[in-house]
Amino acid sequence: MSFDMLIQHIFNALTLGSLYGLIAIGYTMVYGILRLINFAHGDIFMISAYFVFFLITLLKLPWIVAVILAIAATAFLGVLVDRIAYRPLREAPRISALISAIGVSFFIENICLVLFSGVPKPMPRLNMLVTVIQFGNIRILPLAIFVPIISFLLVAALLWMLYKTPPGLAMRAISEDIEATRLMGVKVDRIIALTFGLGSALAAAAGIMWALRYPQIHPFMGVFPGFKAFIAAVLGGIGSVQGAMIGGLLLGFIEIMIIAFFPELSGYRDAFAFVLLIMILFVKPTGLLGEKLEDKI
Amino acid sequence: MQKKTKVILNLLLTLMLALFLRWAQGNLDGYKIQILNLIAVNAILALSLNLIYGFTGMFSLGHAGFMAIGAYVSAILIIPTAQKEIMYILEPIIWPFSVLQAPFFVSVLAGGLVAALFGLLIALPVLRLGGDYLGIATLGFAEIIRVIFTNITSVTNGALGLKGIPPYANLGWNYLWCGMTYFIITKILSSNFGNCLKAIRDDEVAAKAMGINTFKCRAISFAVGAFFAGVGGALMGSLITTIDPKMFNFQLTFNILMIVVVGGLGSITGSMVGAVVITVLLEWLRFLEGTMEIGSFVFVGIPGMRMVIFSLVLLLIIIYRREGIIGGYEFSWDSVARLFQKLKGGRVNE
Repeated sequence: MSFDMLIQHIFNALTLGSLYGLIAIGYTMVYGILRLINFAHGDIFMISAYFVFFLITLLKLPWIVAVILAIAATAFLGVLVDRIAYRPLREAPRISALISAIGVSFFIENICLVLFSGVPKPMPRLNMLVTVIQFGNIRILPLAIFVPIISFLLVAALLWMLYKTPPGLAMRAISEDIEATRLMGVKVDRIIALTFGLGSALAAAAGIMWALRYPQIHPFMGVFPGFKAFIAAVLGGIGSVQGAMIGGLLLGFIEIMIIAFFPELSGYRDAFAFVLLIMILFVKPTGLLGEKLEDKI
Repeated sequence: MQKKTKVILNLLLTLMLALFLRWAQGNLDGYKIQILNLIAVNAILALSLNLIYGFTGMFSLGHAGFMAIGAYVSAILIIPTAQKEIMYILEPIIWPFSVLQAPFFVSVLAGGLVAALFGLLIALPVLRLGGDYLGIATLGFAEIIRVIFTNITSVTNGALGLKGIPPYANLGWNYLWCGMTYFIITKILSSNFGNCLKAIRDDEVAAKAMGINTFKCRAISFAVGAFFAGVGGALMGSLITTIDPKMFNFQLTFNILMIVVVGGLGSITGSMVGAVVITVLLEWLRFLEGTMEIGSFVFVGIPGMRMVIFSLVLLLIIIYRREGIIGGYEFSWDSVARLFQKLKGGRVNE
């Protein structure tokens, strides 16, 4: 493989990986607090792309306004899902909430199928981001530089929030011990809602960038990115935001590089992540940065 | 009630069911017979998932994978050799799959056994996990199976799938297998081994402390569940005569999970009732997705509407009525006798 090709693959892997990472953060934060795999997270990711699509094509809003509105709407949807489908099950066995999450996931997918039909919608193009730039023989989409930068900025902002602000402190406290935090006078349900909001906002950012990179929006586009991002979260160590990002990047690199070096394996692409998952769970179930916690496994 | 009476009552019930099926085969139209068939297959699948999840507490989302294995193994065994040669157009089918043939009963059994073997194989790495991790790992397994089946073209005919599977799975076979599944699973659950499974479900640490080899019990339960999932897949393949890897997606597992949850986790009767209710509803609600004419109005069907309703039903049940529609009630002749005595106003005889 030529050097130029390798550089292009690296940029592709960075883009894909940072998008996985952004989605994975939503899984990891919710899991850290509630021990719940939020199955609907991938569908939240999907719906943000639809929001942007309709805000731009129907309401003719400028891009920046549409993106901000879509992120806000998606964050609100994430909070709503928690309020309706998960909060009534806080005291129930954990698997009940998981079944509820699967129900929400199917509901969102199919309501989108009903409302928007299964025909993929073309994402409006933002020419600035998709005109190829050429460095010698290397051809790169500006998007491939833009996506990782935005992703890292968002993660940096999230980490600042987690470690330097009172709500961030409350979130970390809840993931240690939810009852003790409640006793300290923290409004736990509000913090959990905030967690869902933040996670969904990040998923929305990822969804919009995903739709720019792979410009087809359809009701099931969130299923596989969702599963894979969850695997990235497990890989990085569930509960850890940095871990989720690292896991996402790692998964992005593994997927892109295996196919780059072994093109004959490309049919198996969707299986890599799952094989990886079973391997990690076998070797080191706590992931790369995860802490040892008995009841997690 | 005496044991002998129960045996006689059981035999009577079986006889009545057999007579009903015989009547149905001759008198009902094909669509209704198909629904009756699907009920039996779904009941098998729901019972097997209930054994794994409802009774042993292992949250498995891998059912579609086991069904795929069962369906493919059985289909390859019953499709005539000549037809196989014509069908595999992308890559010719490799030996020994090209020549293997078996009678229907054996092929279904083989489908179940291969699925059980895979169940044991993946039990080793994934059964160490608990709760939701197990769910996601088994889901991963099902996806891996699907991707592999899409790619090993010389065995499975790849994405084209297998067409023209001989439609041997009639009411007789389906209900025979359904009855065997019911019988075997209730026997397992009423044995000492079944008590071990329930103990593991309720408190694994305590079960271990009582000297139960929890890993072994869980692995056996998982393999038995996988066996019947494979059987269900094999029957379904012969019932609808066409299979392809895409069919065995997460949606299929979701439907079975829904039957189990709606019927009631850890309730055999619940799974049977759930299979009837959900299968009939799934078919009946098809009108929502097809085009209809009511008078002069043409109602254009909306794809996805059925699943919207079903996911809402699942959500409502899991949030408001976690024990399922019949609430963990188990059918037994004793309870029927008690009911009769109550209706007569007589004294209840324990």
